[in-house]
Amino acid sequence: MTEQNTIERNAPADRDGGTGGDDPIVQVRGLTKTYGNGFEALKNIDLEIQRGEIFALLGPNGAGKTTLISVICGIVNATSGSVLVDGHDNVVDFRAARSLIGLVPQELTTDAFETVWATVSLSRGLFGKPSNPAHIEKVLKDLSLWDKKDSMIMSLSGGMKRRVLIAKALGHEPAVLFLDEPSAGVDVELRRAMWDVVLELQKSGVTIILTTHYIGEAEELADRVGVINHGEIVLVEEKTQLMQRFAQKRLTLHLNEALSEIPDSLTDFRLELSNDGNTLHYAFDAKGERTGITKLLTGLQAAGITFRDLDTQQNSLEDIFVDLVRNGA
Amino acid sequence: MTSHSFNRRTFNWQAVWALFKFEMARTRRTLMQSIISPVVSTCLYFVVFGSAIGSRITEIDGVSYGAFIVPGLIMLSLLTQSVSNASFAIYFPKFIGTVYEILSAPISYVEIVVGYVGAAALKSIILGLIILATASLIVPLKIAHPGMMLLFLVLTAVTFALLGFIIGIWAKNFEQLQVVPLLVITPLTFLGGTFYTLDMLPPIWQKISLFNPVVYLISGFRWSFSGNSDVSVGISLAMALLFLAMGLVTVWWIFKTGYRLKQ
Repeated sequence: MTEQNTIERNAPADRDGGTGGDDPIVQVRGLTKTYGNGFEALKNIDLEIQRGEIFALLGPNGAGKTTLISVICGIVNATSGSVLVDGHDNVVDFRAARSLIGLVPQELTTDAFETVWATVSLSRGLFGKPSNPAHIEKVLKDLSLWDKKDSMIMSLSGGMKRRVLIAKALGHEPAVLFLDEPSAGVDVELRRAMWDVVLELQKSGVTIILTTHYIGEAEELADRVGVINHGEIVLVEEKTQLMQRFAQKRLTLHLNEALSEIPDSLTDFRLELSNDGNTLHYAFDAKGERTGITKLLTGLQAAGITFRDLDTQQNSLEDIFVDLVRNGA
Repeated sequence: MTSHSFNRRTFNWQAVWALFKFEMARTRRTLMQSIISPVVSTCLYFVVFGSAIGSRITEIDGVSYGAFIVPGLIMLSLLTQSVSNASFAIYFPKFIGTVYEILSAPISYVEIVVGYVGAAALKSIILGLIILATASLIVPLKIAHPGMMLLFLVLTAVTFALLGFIIGIWAKNFEQLQVVPLLVITPLTFLGGTFYTLDMLPPIWQKISLFNPVVYLISGFRWSFSGNSDVSVGISLAMALLFLAMGLVTVWWIFKTGYRLKQ
């Protein structure tokens, strides 16, 4: 690729019409959506997406993820509430709002008989951007689609079609990118490659909102995580905090001889002794600087406590998620 | 990027142009189906009606029967092709899901209509002119009012492309997409004076025919060729404009309510 093909994406704050600064790039207020058949897909959603972050929206099937994205992008009319994109109302000021947004839908909805190049060019035009073959070339190369640019879309594999959809969204240089289940039906290698693209985009200043079933994807990519269930936002939190808050590890020691009580020298570790006295439990923060395990083991040795086996269990984001969805229901 | 910041009133010409180009490219790809097959079927009508029947009728209003049916045949193709072009153009993205992009783009309803209906209408106007050129090779033609001829051609193409657009949005499956062109438009065109003048009909059917909107379009169009018409050309023009207005109001309502698109 030549130097001149490298196009800088504008950081959102540099865009015209935007207010810039620290205010959220997407603001959702009191959003509800009731479908014609009476189904309440969204119930009074409030959500703010910060500039430049990767936000993962988690939720089971039918939770309202796609409806929420569809309303923000203007595909579905809201029943009530408002959406601001970089300060622009997405109904009143829909041109300004929508021109900032790129959407990669969940379904592989592509034309069949068009070429990759034609469909990406169409996207760019629809979003009011003047033609820029160099930018489209860069996008296609970044997504390893360059050699397929003249192929009919119907001849491509599922993973390639997914990338074509991403290329269409990136073709018009969005400031906010919505990825609805980007990993659905994509093999592990391609998923990794896509994560790299997402992280690169974030570096160039694009805000990314992704919905996913794969908790690993959220763990890998997201700065913040939101959980939606039955049309309500159950939780929004920094991923690291969330992991810290919930993601404690638990060390279980199976003792050689039952203890009647925990020795005074070990009270600092806040150990739990099982009723039969055969196992000791120690909770620690796996991501913390010091887990205290070495200290504990030294302490145990000093107290003359021996054990025949040990194991650790980790609370993953998946456990947290399952927990939230069950209890929040 | 200053020149491309949007405000509410900027017309998104880029988008209209992109849609238009995309639709026209589809025509080039489907040349057989879009242009050649209507031309062939029109030639068949000529052979069957013009030669077989025309040899017995000889003249209508001082025009040979072959020349008499030319405006009607052009209208027949214009109506059916405008409807099918536009209905397919919007139904197909709905069917395969690519409509998400149109709906999420910074493009107004007016621009969507201009793009789709404009492309569909232009295609059928081109088709109408090709049929006209083909016909002029077969029968001697004179066009008394070329300006009015073009006006009727454009008005009709746009109106029926709008109707097609509405059908494409309304249709929930391919059957519904076909049912209006097949059961409404084709019969109305055949009964609208393509192959005869109204005064050849029994009086009661002449009255009933006046409820057929296509009568006014064919009559006005034929007037622009021969100077003769079933109904006065002023009424034809007024009717054509009325149908166009009805189409525009319906499309406005569809987008206002999000009917079958955003609900």
